[in-house]
Amino acid sequence: MAVSAQSPEGPSISLLSRLNHNRNLLGLLFMLPAGVILLLFLTFPLGFGVWIGLTDVKIGRPGQFIGFENYTWLFEDQVFWLSVFNTFLYTVVASIIKFALGLWLALLLNRHLPFKAFLRAIVLLPFIVPTVLSALAFWWIYDSQDSVISWTLIELGLRDDTIDFLGQKWTARWSVIAANIWRGIPFVAITLLAGLQTISPSLYEAATIDGASEWQRFRHITFPLLTPIIAVVMTFSVLFTFTDFQLIWIMTRGGPSNATHLMATLSYQRAIVGGSLGEGAALATAMIPFLLGAILFSYFGLQRRKWQQGGTDD
Amino acid sequence: MSNFTRRDLLKTTAGLAIGAVAGPALIESARVWAADNPWTPEDGAAIRLLRWKHFVKSEDEAFMALIDAFSQATGVAVRVDNEGFEDLRPKSAVAASIGSGPDIVWTIHADPHLYPDKLVDMKDVADYLGGKYGGWYPIAEFYSQHEGAWISIPYFFSGNFLNYRVSHVQAAGFETVPDNTDDFLKLMQGLKANGTPGGFALGNASGDGNCWTHWILWSHGGKVVDDDDNVVLDSPETVAALEYVHELAQTFLPGCASWLDGHNNKAFLQDACSLTNNGISIYAAAQREGMDNIANDMDHAYYPTGPVGEAMEFHVQFPMMVYKHSAYPNACKALISWLMEADQFNKHLQGSVGYLSHPLKAYDDHPVWTEDAKRAVFKDTTARTVPYSYSGRLGYAASSVFADFVVVNMVAEAALGDKSPKEAAQDAQKRAERYYKV
Repeated sequence: MAVSAQSPEGPSISLLSRLNHNRNLLGLLFMLPAGVILLLFLTFPLGFGVWIGLTDVKIGRPGQFIGFENYTWLFEDQVFWLSVFNTFLYTVVASIIKFALGLWLALLLNRHLPFKAFLRAIVLLPFIVPTVLSALAFWWIYDSQDSVISWTLIELGLRDDTIDFLGQKWTARWSVIAANIWRGIPFVAITLLAGLQTISPSLYEAATIDGASEWQRFRHITFPLLTPIIAVVMTFSVLFTFTDFQLIWIMTRGGPSNATHLMATLSYQRAIVGGSLGEGAALATAMIPFLLGAILFSYFGLQRRKWQQGGTDD
Repeated sequence: MSNFTRRDLLKTTAGLAIGAVAGPALIESARVWAADNPWTPEDGAAIRLLRWKHFVKSEDEAFMALIDAFSQATGVAVRVDNEGFEDLRPKSAVAASIGSGPDIVWTIHADPHLYPDKLVDMKDVADYLGGKYGGWYPIAEFYSQHEGAWISIPYFFSGNFLNYRVSHVQAAGFETVPDNTDDFLKLMQGLKANGTPGGFALGNASGDGNCWTHWILWSHGGKVVDDDDNVVLDSPETVAALEYVHELAQTFLPGCASWLDGHNNKAFLQDACSLTNNGISIYAAAQREGMDNIANDMDHAYYPTGPVGEAMEFHVQFPMMVYKHSAYPNACKALISWLMEADQFNKHLQGSVGYLSHPLKAYDDHPVWTEDAKRAVFKDTTARTVPYSYSGRLGYAASSVFADFVVVNMVAEAALGDKSPKEAAQDAQKRAERYYKV
């Protein structure tokens, strides 16, 4: 029987009692700490960053409101557009390859392999190692004189000289993309593996009995059931890649000739190293629409399937 | 084969400084000095000093021993924090903005000019030291003064000169590094032809990259701004400099396009690079690591003069500044003046083995410059330095153009053939104009 809200003592204690039993109020109260944290550490910095982007504030001195002048300047700045191009190339290529290799790895790890737990732990290593260390490792791997790749190729007689990995524009771009892929695959693989393990084996058994081939089982069972987690994984993967900073900053500082500058590294260089906080903030703010676009694409493109909401997936 | 770099130096020496303590003689001399010190520290004074992370271990040990002696003699507690160059600027600026944080910053370049009104006027200290030690070099005064006030004390300069392998240069047909840019190009071509090439950093190397690219620009008569801070980068002189560098870059060993500050140290110590620009840290590392084949066969030289006919070199300044928010300005002045008194400064200069050079003329005669002839050029660091704001004023715009690698990128683009010299100069002009539009 439900507890009556009518107390024999009348309204004298009913206010507190009512408040205590008011689910809406309690819900609000419970959400308050999280709300305050979000407001303080997410909304305020974001809003403040957007505001700084509308000023000409410099390191060490206050600025004035200048409207969209920073954006107008960036729009005409070749280096900015180069960084936009680099960021898109970096994100698109790295994310696609990370997804393909990550999914492949997840499918392999989902099989009954000897030392399965050990292998899964090993796969996580690139993700566990601090980014700075990975970047330093690649810094050596890509060294213009001491690259282990160059050394191997020379020892095998396949090349006569060392490869200038980070000294040529396009080789530098592909090199930093490769480093990002190496670092990002474990996140994709392990998360997709978790998704794979939620798929009921009975579906595969039924499909096998119906004569489905391995490809058909993947195409009609694995992939559709994995779609929600793919949406989440790829959203995060794209966000991480788009906002990458450490790998680039340690390996190339955006060089040669700005060929590997991403929007994040250029923003840091302009704001912190160069002292133009306003311009750097505008550059960082300019990343937001692209990031929102990526999130919306993942969300609407991958997650909202009719069958997930009880309809048919036509 | 060693692969020791400046970065390794940093890592291996990190934390050792904490243990550096002063000997009894140093403490005694500090006590004698403290008795007549013109700036009596405030009661209970405790100072926080923020400095750049050292590159030469012995320099840091010498510095920390001096700090320890000062603390013991005066009772002023001094806490020393270290930061990398790139973190030093934002941290110093934040301290200036919010009026809290370190009392003294041993900083880099002309950063005090970013917030001159937040800094203590050190004119009394500058006059005292200048009067006692033969006067300041003009560049030291230029870097430190703002509207008549001394907003910093030029503590040290750090030389960045040509490092070269003697035998390789001689094999290329030159007794030593030539003193003009035309012959220098021939030398570099000779080194390349002999399979012993040289090379300079074309990546965003804040130290080495800025030093050699500014020399290239200035020595050909180019400059970022004129005397009135009008941007004049897109000039025939700049184009001439970029045409020269395009030819010069053909002689570089592979990989220079991506070089950051540590790469040339490593390549030189690995016998892969015969000529580059650097501080004395390559030589110091070669000596310390017992790499006699390198240390004995290397030397240092001034940059050659270009068409302008005079030395146009850039070397880094490390000034000390005191914030107005410090509750202990006298203690700060006492510490800085004590550090620059002969007894202390000599030790620090000795410990830096040529990595740091003096801004006061009296220290020209210090034995650190004569006991090893290979350090000799570093003695003239301060005298030969041209400010990076050349030929305009110091301040935000000059600092930002410098920090944003405008000249480095322009030179790299022309050197690598990504852009024609004219295009590179035009684009750099636009970028510089943006910063000077303040």
